[in-house]
Amino acid sequence: MLHTVNKSPLDRNALESCIKHVVQGSAVLLIEDGVYGAMQGTQKSPMVESAMKEVSFYVIGPDLKARGIDESRVIDGIDIIDYNGFVDLVEEYDKTQSWL
Amino acid sequence: MKFSILVSEGPYTHEAADTAYNFTKAALEKGHEIFRIFFYHDGVNNGTRLTTPPQDDRNIVNRWSALAQEHDIDLVLCVAAAQRRGIADADEARRNGKDADNIAPGFRISGLGQLIDAGIESDRLITFGD
Amino acid sequence: MSKRFLYVNRKAPYGTIYALESLEVVLIGAAFEQDVSLAFLDDGVFQLTRGQQTDELGVKNFSPTYKALGDYDVNKIYVERESLEARGLTLDDLLPLTYEDEDDDWAEKDSIKLVSAAELAEIMEAQDVVLSF
Repeated sequence: MLHTVNKSPLDRNALESCIKHVVQGSAVLLIEDGVYGAMQGTQKSPMVESAMKEVSFYVIGPDLKARGIDESRVIDGIDIIDYNGFVDLVEEYDKTQSWL
Repeated sequence: MKFSILVSEGPYTHEAADTAYNFTKAALEKGHEIFRIFFYHDGVNNGTRLTTPPQDDRNIVNRWSALAQEHDIDLVLCVAAAQRRGIADADEARRNGKDADNIAPGFRISGLGQLIDAGIESDRLITFGD
Repeated sequence: MSKRFLYVNRKAPYGTIYALESLEVVLIGAAFEQDVSLAFLDDGVFQLTRGQQTDELGVKNFSPTYKALGDYDVNKIYVERESLEARGLTLDDLLPLTYEDEDDDWAEKDSIKLVSAAELAEIMEAQDVVLSF
């Protein structure tokens, strides 16, 4: 399953709850304010880095750019994708769940 | 592949309508079919033609209407959600004794069953909301 | 062929309309004869608490509607244990939701199934369509 998260993990628990409910082989895509979850060096980065052992993480590049988050600040191993990549993920995984 | 989309938030306050639009455009460009876009909760505010953003801002409603016209996409506003929030087509306005309708071109008003139907008929249903 | 639909409820009632409008989708969706489940986790568990009284707010108390779900053949209601515990709640704080099992001489049974986060993850993974409100 592909999970999308659109909330900053520093503000809401959507990402934390999502990570608690992913099974191995799933993917998590950070969109909108969810992209703050892709940043290195935040209080929540260790949670994401730990989850990355089991699931793949992606982040929407245009949402990063809009917020002035340079790609160099993104946790190593998180794939930066555009909306075409988003569509490909939705196609690749058999269903999606939005953590609103 | 056949996609349907649920938009649960209104335009401008939340990014959801923008993400849904960017996703839809990318899916169409890749040759996917958009079976239906269903607007629920405050998402029904995506379908009022009275929307008048400043000239240097995107017109989210017109953008949906243009997409519907170009690609023959089924844009559906939930009737119960629309009634609560004052979005009406000519039929709804007449039935509820209103003096005007405000639905934007390319949108139609229908029941929640259209959302379930989209889930049944599509290969994927993806939600954009808050 | 029917699909497996899961409605995920993570938000508390009244502060926002999501809980009420999610319930409206479930009730309409019940007519489509799909395989329906509901999940309540995070603040969504507050939707099911007993003793909701809304008259002083001037809004409709829709919590009794949950008790009607059994009549709509919606009887797989998963409540996450960790979410309940984190909020100092137990099953006794929740509305008694039941259904009559037609395969068991219409015996009255509990619709609520208490599951762990890990079990809920598997339940989510087993669906065809996941709708979150």
